[in-house]
Amino acid sequence: MAALRTTSRLFASSKPLFRPAAFTRSYATVDALSQDPNPSEQPRVKTFHVYRWNPDQPTEKPKMQSYSLDLNKTGPMMLDALIRIKNEMDPTLTFRRSCREGICGSCAMNIDGVNTLACLCRIPTDTAKESRIYPLPHTYVVKDLVPDLTYFYKQYKSIKPYLQRDTPTADGLENRQSPEERKKLDGLYECILCACCSTSCPSYWWNSEEYLGPAILLQSYRWLADSRDEKTAERKAALDNSMSVYRCHTILNCSRTCPKGLNPARAIAEIKKMMTAH
Amino acid sequence: MLSQKVAQQSLRRLAVQQPYALRWSLMNSVSPAAVALGRAVQTRHAATSSNSSDPTKLLAQQRLNRPVSPHLSIYRPQITWIGSSIHRITGIALSGSLYLYASAYLASPMLGWDLGSASAAAAFAALPVVAKVALKTTMALPFTYHCMNGVRHLIWDTGAGLTNPQVIKSGWTVVGLSTLSALILAFL
Repeated sequence: MAALRTTSRLFASSKPLFRPAAFTRSYATVDALSQDPNPSEQPRVKTFHVYRWNPDQPTEKPKMQSYSLDLNKTGPMMLDALIRIKNEMDPTLTFRRSCREGICGSCAMNIDGVNTLACLCRIPTDTAKESRIYPLPHTYVVKDLVPDLTYFYKQYKSIKPYLQRDTPTADGLENRQSPEERKKLDGLYECILCACCSTSCPSYWWNSEEYLGPAILLQSYRWLADSRDEKTAERKAALDNSMSVYRCHTILNCSRTCPKGLNPARAIAEIKKMMTAH
Repeated sequence: MLSQKVAQQSLRRLAVQQPYALRWSLMNSVSPAAVALGRAVQTRHAATSSNSSDPTKLLAQQRLNRPVSPHLSIYRPQITWIGSSIHRITGIALSGSLYLYASAYLASPMLGWDLGSASAAAAFAALPVVAKVALKTTMALPFTYHCMNGVRHLIWDTGAGLTNPQVIKSGWTVVGLSTLSALILAFL
């Protein structure tokens, strides 16, 4: 141990090797010290029903499994509850998560009937109501809450989501935009491609092979609206068929569900307007 | 004593030359305290299950078996998609009944039916008041809803009224106005 102590002094400037227990806390679990100071508080037990399906037992049908958590000991977000279930109750529960702050889009799932990011979704404090967690609707399930988004990403690739231009700028420097032109991209560039909107769209449920869906169309419009892009005509021609855009029947589930507060429906309406003006 | 000193020196040298190697080697031996606190770092040096078959084949096999996650049955009823589905259903009902009636009217001389407005009015007049109002409401409500929601769609096509609060507000306005106007039509 003497050896350990001397070497740990070498690391003093970096991360400590062993932190004292009082300061250790995984973010999914509320530590006893940082809890509400009221010790007589009743446990607030809430039940979560989670969709389960295991590819290793493909003959078994998907089922709902129930877990009960004390909300006093759980972080405020749905993702905290899921991580706590995985850490402390059932390590076989499978879901995607990464940034826990709504920027990676990994933890997109259907919570209490609405598509959202688990990390941005507060656990409803009403313990009488039970929460139900499903994978994104009408997707192929890889395992439990993990949907297969391969086709979604292929559709994204198909719209050529990058700047296309042939002519160099006059001074050979970067492609410039006026503040007004740049402003058109606000509300479009923030999309994180979590697929919440696309998988909330009944049109996309029935026609996902050919209809691009709200998320991809929002990205389409992001490049159509970009003043620096020179392939607007080609982009419009690629969308000019009965399926790519026009399976949008303005149901508007997309804008209703977007966890980033964007408006894919408005972007699609703008595409439709652009398509009429040839 | 000597062996301890040698070990200490070699550890120091390792710490100076390759600090990360030392840290990892220390982290891999989990302390009982870390296990108790649930902060143990799990390392698996071997796969937990072995697949002798081709992994791409396994993936293709899994893809065949993948279930489709539930959709309509679990999505929360919202004015957006419920309103849209009612719009579609009423549209089909209205146009369908028009087609049915029109083709029956077209065929009526050959079949000997009397579907003219005079006989229809006479048949309707013979009904009790409750049946009259009920029948008129069921005829009027799909029509008024589809009409007003259609106007909403026309406004959306201009790119206006597409924010969430506007959509929710206009949706419930259409529900209220169409019910009201259907009742007015029924009691005319």
